[in-house]
Amino acid sequence: MMVTIGVLAVQGDFEEHMAMLETLGVEVKDVRLPKDLNSIDGIILPGGESTAMTTIMLRRGMWDALKKAFEEGLPAYGTCAGSILLAKDIGVGSDRVKPFGMIDMVIERNAYGRQIASREVFLDEHELGDNEPLHAVFIRAPRIVKVGPAVKVLATYDGDPVLVREGNFLASTFHPELTDDYRVHEYFVKMVKKEV
Amino acid sequence: MVEYYGTDRLKRGLAQMLKGGVIMDVTTPEQAVIAEEAGAVAVMALERVPADIRKEGGVARMADPKIVEEIRDAVSIPVMAKVRIGHFTEALILQSLEVDFIDESEVLTPADEKYHIDKKEFAVPFVCGARNLGEALRRIAEGAAMIRTKGEAGTGNVVEAVKHMRTMNEQIKRVVLADDEELVVLAKEWGAPLYLLEEVRELGRLPVVNFAAGGIATPADAALMMWLGSDGVFVGSGIFKSDNPRERAKAIVDAVTYWREPEILAEVSKGLGEAMKGIDVSKLSEEELLQNRGW
Repeated sequence: MMVTIGVLAVQGDFEEHMAMLETLGVEVKDVRLPKDLNSIDGIILPGGESTAMTTIMLRRGMWDALKKAFEEGLPAYGTCAGSILLAKDIGVGSDRVKPFGMIDMVIERNAYGRQIASREVFLDEHELGDNEPLHAVFIRAPRIVKVGPAVKVLATYDGDPVLVREGNFLASTFHPELTDDYRVHEYFVKMVKKEV
Repeated sequence: MVEYYGTDRLKRGLAQMLKGGVIMDVTTPEQAVIAEEAGAVAVMALERVPADIRKEGGVARMADPKIVEEIRDAVSIPVMAKVRIGHFTEALILQSLEVDFIDESEVLTPADEKYHIDKKEFAVPFVCGARNLGEALRRIAEGAAMIRTKGEAGTGNVVEAVKHMRTMNEQIKRVVLADDEELVVLAKEWGAPLYLLEEVRELGRLPVVNFAAGGIATPADAALMMWLGSDGVFVGSGIFKSDNPRERAKAIVDAVTYWREPEILAEVSKGLGEAMKGIDVSKLSEEELLQNRGW
């Protein structure tokens, strides 16, 4: 089954996600305006600044159009800033970010610290099907502090969930698109194809 | 579990997160909040914007750490700050303040006439200015995680930024087509490390993110730089030296996302009031050009 996956391209590392999807043999489309949502089967919300993405999306009807698409079942995968946008609760003091509320979790922005605290690790605790550690790049990363009962935790780092899924929605607080580890993207493509 | 900090991937990665975005010069926490609300991806904390540095003269240095801290605490987006070329002590101070990115900048008065900072020694990433591929690759060899065109800061005139971006594009095209023996000659001519030229040939672009800077004053300027292949845009004096900073900031943010949509560019450009006045760069003497600083 051939699928087309969109990548939200209002700001952030959308080109890196597009390159990764192309390598996996998926049709790829950049999404900036509501009209770009036609004819995609899933969407990636990339890394970047969640404040900037929110602001830009709100100005041209993109936020409402995406929210509607999510409610109608469009599968989505958010990395870092994108994971914040998919969360139900982003804690206090983040009034410049408006999340879509699709995953029942509490997530705190920049909770591991500023850039100097950014880190790379190899995670043994994951459920992506083989024993190879998962290469996880955390950049000014958010921290998932609580997940609801319907949320499946697919990987953890230091006890915190870092890759989670609820129904059609997948979120990672790290950036597989900055590595050669294709497994999370492969998993999302399977989600879009309704294979997992 | 082994945790790796300050790697090239992490430093270059933060720059990748800023792509498709606008980084704005700010001198107060209030300006920083306006920038964040407009959709800036980062702010550059400064004591004076380049237009004022140009006007007032004297030695331009790293900003007062108090100003940097106040700006840092006012926003949730990454905060950058400038140090003088070669002044690694200023950089150590900014790193201790946990700024997210350091700009080793020709806009400030150089502290070293021969050496740039050895940026590999730092955990915090650096951005540096460049006018051509050789200069960009020398900075990357020193550890820069991001490049910006120098343009001519504080002029509100985009012509130099265009020149520098076009030069880089032309030179990258030459590298992509070059044989091994030609690459050695280009390395010699341009003062560029051969291993980085080989990397550029393989990638067909710089190995790090490349923003436009130095003279961008309007949404159309920003969109022009995106058409020329910039990954994003720095706006220095262009916003807070204009009539209506809040609206202009928003308009430039939109222009960097929707650079391929002339209708949106027309809409956001309407009624912004006076842009900064600007300077004809050809009327500046060699000594007045900031872009010639750096080696």
